[in-house]
Amino acid sequence: MAIPVVYNLRSVKARWTSAIVAVLGIAGTVGVFVAMLSLARGFRATLVSSGSEDNAMIMRAGATSEMTGGVGIDTVKIVQDAPGIARGAEGPLVTAEVVMVAPIPLISTGTDANVQLRGVSKNVLEIRNKFKIIRGRMFQPGLAEVVVGKNANIEYSGLTVGNTISLGSVRWNVVGVFDAGGSAFDSEIWGDAHLLGPAYNRPDTFFQSVTAHLTSPNSLQQLRDSLTTDPRLNVDVSREIDYYSKQSTRLTKLITVLGGLVAGIMAIGAVFGALNTMYSAVSERGREIATMRALGFGGPAVVFSFVIEALLISFVGGLIGCIAVLPLNGLTTGAMNLQTFSHMAFAFKITTELLIKGIIFALFMGVLGGLFPAIRAASLPISTALREL
Amino acid sequence: MKYSRLIFANLFRKKARLILTIGSFAVALFLFTFLAVVKGAFSRGTELAGADRLVVINRVGLINSMPVSYGDKIRSIPGVKVVTHNNWFGGVYQDEKNFFPQFVIDPDNQRQVMAEMKVPDDQWKNFVSDRQGAIAGRNLAKRFGWKVGDRIPLKNALYGPTRTWEFNLDGIFTNDKEGGDESQFWLQWSYFMKGQAGWWVLKLDSPDDAVRVAKTIDDGFANSSYETKTETESAFQAGFAKQLGNIQLLIMTIGSVVFFTLLLVTGNTMAISIRERTSELAVLKAIGFTDRFVLFFVLGESLVIALIGGLIGLGLAIIAIPVVGANLNGLLPPLLLSAATLSVGLVFAVLVGAASGLLPGLGAMRLRVVDALRRV
Repeated sequence: MAIPVVYNLRSVKARWTSAIVAVLGIAGTVGVFVAMLSLARGFRATLVSSGSEDNAMIMRAGATSEMTGGVGIDTVKIVQDAPGIARGAEGPLVTAEVVMVAPIPLISTGTDANVQLRGVSKNVLEIRNKFKIIRGRMFQPGLAEVVVGKNANIEYSGLTVGNTISLGSVRWNVVGVFDAGGSAFDSEIWGDAHLLGPAYNRPDTFFQSVTAHLTSPNSLQQLRDSLTTDPRLNVDVSREIDYYSKQSTRLTKLITVLGGLVAGIMAIGAVFGALNTMYSAVSERGREIATMRALGFGGPAVVFSFVIEALLISFVGGLIGCIAVLPLNGLTTGAMNLQTFSHMAFAFKITTELLIKGIIFALFMGVLGGLFPAIRAASLPISTALREL
Repeated sequence: MKYSRLIFANLFRKKARLILTIGSFAVALFLFTFLAVVKGAFSRGTELAGADRLVVINRVGLINSMPVSYGDKIRSIPGVKVVTHNNWFGGVYQDEKNFFPQFVIDPDNQRQVMAEMKVPDDQWKNFVSDRQGAIAGRNLAKRFGWKVGDRIPLKNALYGPTRTWEFNLDGIFTNDKEGGDESQFWLQWSYFMKGQAGWWVLKLDSPDDAVRVAKTIDDGFANSSYETKTETESAFQAGFAKQLGNIQLLIMTIGSVVFFTLLLVTGNTMAISIRERTSELAVLKAIGFTDRFVLFFVLGESLVIALIGGLIGLGLAIIAIPVVGANLNGLLPPLLLSAATLSVGLVFAVLVGAASGLLPGLGAMRLRVVDALRRV
């Protein structure tokens, strides 16, 4: 026969101070666990959402990031006629891009951050078709105008519509703000590729990467076959989304490893706290337990009851930990991508799955902290414990 | 201490509780040390930067290069002792995840400017006369098991068409500063000869000249096609570290969460164990021990627990941190555990111990003997 759960609820209430300590220990651990993972998730999600299934990225063979890539105008011309690429009103949907970083002060600290500049073709919004201008307008090709991502607009100083900024040897008018759906592009500045290169003493016939909109996600292979077998070219073709998810690996790994270590060590501490609470609960209630056993509740029922109590405490702890870090969700922070050395904004991303993981983690700590005291409770000899009366 | 026996006898009253409380302290101290070491690893670049060194980069951005001839103009500025130019190589060794910084250096001046990075003279001589020569930091060589004489292939797309370049490891540098950078890979300028320098590092006659020299350099190149930005090495490193995100805040937040929790756990345990012994304390007072003695008695107990737990935690950290550091595999700068960190940790442990013993101790001090004895 099982001991009613009400018994555990009441006993937790009777010893609330020590229960609170265990709850807070577990809450802190779960909070750190969820926060670190959400940071890694957010960073990764921002980069992954930058890429699209429908786009192919063409870079020089062997280039590890756009920064080290290089594509000449003749290659761009060949790519434009390649099979599998969608066509818009003004020809193939291909954008040949120049990528650079410029130091622009962060509004928050006043220190320079490496902001990514991207020279794009004028039909870029047809290629990255989920992005849209939310303020002002798109830049005019051939004019010294730029549009800025919505995070760049908020994070870096001087990037407001109507302002002029100096990039390279040219002064540019900021004419619009675009929304790139929370992706890495939201931290970038975009201008005409043919002007941005020369502003940095680069020929306007040289680009870092080419992005093409595919007729369908399946036509990537067709495009890859055609480009990699062409003897005039020396390029790698990858799906845009794959490129960006690869970009996130180094920092994501760093955060996950460090976060995992810290949460792991904290978990040990929290289990110690729970053990302490449960052991003192058992020792304070020797008589109660003996009485229950004398009434006919079996050993397993007592073990079960104490584990339930520990689970109860850890569940509340896990819940509090999750709720405490919930306001972090969506909070934007900045970090440098260790693969391109450019600064980008991203948001903590707390998903339901992450919260469930946090609760499971808490319950796991609860079982560890409750099982041994429970076994001790069940193995107390009834007669000696009752004699303490 | 003539009362130490009494304190110890009380400590061992409940062994499970004692072990768990000491364990909580050990875990917290271990975590504290670990976080402090990680934080140190992130800010070390700034702390170790030479006060007498300036870094000159292209004003439009770090990745833009400048004519190497600018170096002569910089050297002619009064107050400048030596100038060396560096370029970023950006090659990949076997796999992208094996990242380490590779610099194409100016062999004539690098050793004078980066004086703390020491290369044995015979190794340096081989390097200078070997166009495909390379020098690796000690940590880097250890990470990949390189020995002097090894051939090291790096795949690179920045210098001409993508191809694999091979280098001869001619020497290994060590860093005189404790925890200084030993993960760089230096290559020969004469092998590349691009005519463009990525950045310059210059050594000043005196750190006091830093502001004046920086201004002279930047003013001198103003309105040229390559404007410069000159900063002290530490400002340059700090700017870089800041962009990594607010790691300091993150670590401080976690650290305070941990300490708050620890304080609660131990405070609660102390309170429980004192409450259980109310009558004993009353007896002590009744037979003539003073209020102050009772306070010290309780405090002493929690301090002993804190000290033992703290020492265990620090001991674990001394053992574990080198292991963790080795497994992080170049993700972080080397983790360095300093005596200062250890002593700060111990002070923290003692403070937490005192704080958690204080409340129950004060309660015991104020205890009225009659009330307490009546409860028996």
